[in-house]
Amino acid sequence: MAAVTPLRPVSGLKRATALGGGGSAPAATPKAADPTLGVLIFIGSEVMLFAGLISAFLVSSASAPFWPPANQPRLPVAITGLNTGLLVLSGFTMWTVVRSLRQHDKTGAMRWMGATIVLGALFLAIQGSEWAGLIRFGLTMTSSLYGAMFYLIVGAHALHLAVAVAVLLFVATRVWRGRYEVDFRGVVACSVYWSFVVILWPIIYALVYFS
Amino acid sequence: MAETKPQSAPSTDAHEKMGFWRQYIFSVDHKVIGKQYLFLGLFMGYVGVFLSYVFRWQLAWPGTAVPIWGKVTAPQYYELVTMHGTIMVFFVAMPVLLGAFGNFLIPLMVGARDMAFPRLNMASFWTILVGSVLLLISFFVPGGASHAGWTNYVPLSDASKYLPGNYWGGNLWLIALAIDFASVLMGGINFLTTAIAMRAPGMTIWRMPLFVWQELVASVLFMLSVGPLIAGVVMLLFDRMVGTGFFLPEKGADPLLWQHLFWFFGHPEVYVVAMPGLGIVQEILPVFARKSIFGYRMIVWAVIVAGILSFTVWAHHMFVSGMNPVLAEPFSATTIAISIPFAVMLFAMIATLWRGQITFSTPMLFALGALANFLLGGVTGIPLGTNASDIYLHDTYFVIAHFHNTLVPTAVIAGFGGIYYWFPKMFGRMMNETLGKLHFVFTWVGFNMVFVPLFLIGLGGGQRRIYMSSVYTFYKPLQPLHVIATIGLLVIIVGQIPFLLNFFLSMFRGAKAPANPWHANTLEWATDSPPPHENFHTIPTVVRGPYEYSVPGMEQDWAPQAAAVDAGAAQG
Ligand code: HEM
Ligand SMILES: [Cu+2]
Repeated sequence: MAAVTPLRPVSGLKRATALGGGGSAPAATPKAADPTLGVLIFIGSEVMLFAGLISAFLVSSASAPFWPPANQPRLPVAITGLNTGLLVLSGFTMWTVVRSLRQHDKTGAMRWMGATIVLGALFLAIQGSEWAGLIRFGLTMTSSLYGAMFYLIVGAHALHLAVAVAVLLFVATRVWRGRYEVDFRGVVACSVYWSFVVILWPIIYALVYFS
Repeated sequence: MAETKPQSAPSTDAHEKMGFWRQYIFSVDHKVIGKQYLFLGLFMGYVGVFLSYVFRWQLAWPGTAVPIWGKVTAPQYYELVTMHGTIMVFFVAMPVLLGAFGNFLIPLMVGARDMAFPRLNMASFWTILVGSVLLLISFFVPGGASHAGWTNYVPLSDASKYLPGNYWGGNLWLIALAIDFASVLMGGINFLTTAIAMRAPGMTIWRMPLFVWQELVASVLFMLSVGPLIAGVVMLLFDRMVGTGFFLPEKGADPLLWQHLFWFFGHPEVYVVAMPGLGIVQEILPVFARKSIFGYRMIVWAVIVAGILSFTVWAHHMFVSGMNPVLAEPFSATTIAISIPFAVMLFAMIATLWRGQITFSTPMLFALGALANFLLGGVTGIPLGTNASDIYLHDTYFVIAHFHNTLVPTAVIAGFGGIYYWFPKMFGRMMNETLGKLHFVFTWVGFNMVFVPLFLIGLGGGQRRIYMSSVYTFYKPLQPLHVIATIGLLVIIVGQIPFLLNFFLSMFRGAKAPANPWHANTLEWATDSPPPHENFHTIPTVVRGPYEYSVPGMEQDWAPQAAAVDAGAAQG
């Protein structure tokens, strides 16, 4: 192998370079920018997406004479309250994953990762059964503007959570294989995104279930 | 060094020897991706021009057969206009200004080896390619492409009973747009992360070229404004395909909601196009005036202020929509306020020329042409932003002429300027000056021949989006102006021949370009033309701002930002 990898002075973000890793870059290139930064920027767009959905919800509910309409089922506030608790709990378990990695405790990280995934999946399952019930009682996307708005906003959140669960599953396999023992910024980025999805939910819950 | 991967320390040589597919097609190199965007944008641009050729012929000589196309029917007219606007804004202006120039230049200008997330960058290109193909396919589905206008207002665009037969065209329009947004989002994440985290040593934010600033502010605007419209697009798709009624008054919804969601995005979006275009002009002017840009920091602040204000003006598109008229006053006020930072920027650009040593080379001609017309576009925005006069001017050709005088100077004229200016860096060869000047004269004169008459038509009360103007008596006196405008478009089209010849011939036959043919300061000129894989032989150290030209006491009239010009780079 040609031995002359040209000397490359460290650039801007020193921390990034020192940690290496990231794609197919040769060891010393400052290619691996912190993924958390990218995720934070993305969350900016996500916040605006949900701000758009929430404004649409408010505009629609404000112009309706009755909200929710008289002939539509009421939402199960209590069960969903419990479900909210599960999701908030998952925020803490995800946070513990990062803490374990910081302490080089791989088994701990795996355990908390598993707990986070289970909590997230459980939230989705409970929400799914709730939807099944509501559909049986006649609340669908086409039954009323109320129904359409409900499934749109809650569904948008559920979709985000489902994607986050899938990403966590993928990341868990990489933790298992020891990918994050030195550079776990990928996991930190995941936890930031997860926190966003968790924090978003109580807002939607308060807005949709109590309006 | 914590390299956890098994293949230890691959050398750069291994990188240079990638197969054809990895190197030119599925490349993660920002320079290749930038060029891919450029080719896509140029192709879609000429599709967009072709569509305007067909409907402009119909406007000038209503009801006659258009050469190459034939007679234009009414639904076809609306299909052409809709697709022209959609393609030009979302599949030409954005891919060229953000995708091509942003991708190619941001890492080079800040001194990085690539974008922060190269694979995301590649995904961004392939995503927009899929979107473009879907949009083009929509011409061939039963009922043709969308007829609902580029603003896609409800209820016209909502339930299939309003535009029967345009079901798949309308759906594909929405899907292609959502895909386009996803692509630009990926790009924006990369642009911002790269400029924030991957700058070369010494590249402080106040030493970043204005082009980088403009791209960054444009990316922020895009990323913060597109969310609500993505929500709207999804809602509209549900309305059309599932039968919900998010925007249908008969289901109790408020149809103005769509307009709010669209324009909350739409106004920042025009700055997403304008800002990088102005950034290109601001790179070109100092180099060919051999003078520092006037008021560098003032320009940066003006861009930031304009960016913030751009979120507060959207309802100026809705003065006659039936929204609460009380809202008209504050939105007029913010709109007039936003012209201040743009005026600041334009004055700074003009002041840059003052007592400069100006060379009228092709990039400079395009930059000056863009500046002149953007001024006209900005000034004519004021009567449109003032609700009293907009009630008369709304939906006339005055509006068409106004926004083409903002979008075409930035996306097309400055875009061409950027191509002439950075072509040596992109392809390692020089373009031909004579052909370039010919291209400029035809394009710029043609452009003004199209749109100055349209201002007059609009002032005369000529409504836009009218298929057969000959059936209205009030249109009769305005008709000769339409003929002039269409002849102007033919002039533009003829002017593209020298460009295409120049572009493709120079790519293979042009004189070899030196590293720094224009004697410019910014970092992209401190490396080879074209730059090597990973951009720099050694990452440069930045020692000064980007616009130090003709500094008294220096022997040469430029002072590169890099401490020492890249060791391996061919000198020029
Ligand atoms: C070749 C140069 C161009 C010509 C001759 C041209 C001409 C026109 C004309 C005459 C209309 C109005 C049609 C009508 O209302 O009946 C129009 C609409 C429009 N154009 Fe262009 N245009 C050109 C380039 C561009 C570019 C570069 C952009 C954007 C970057 C653009 C964006 C639009 C938009 C958004 C509309 C509104 C479509 C609608 O009403 O839904 N055009 N164009
Ligand atoms: Cu606007």
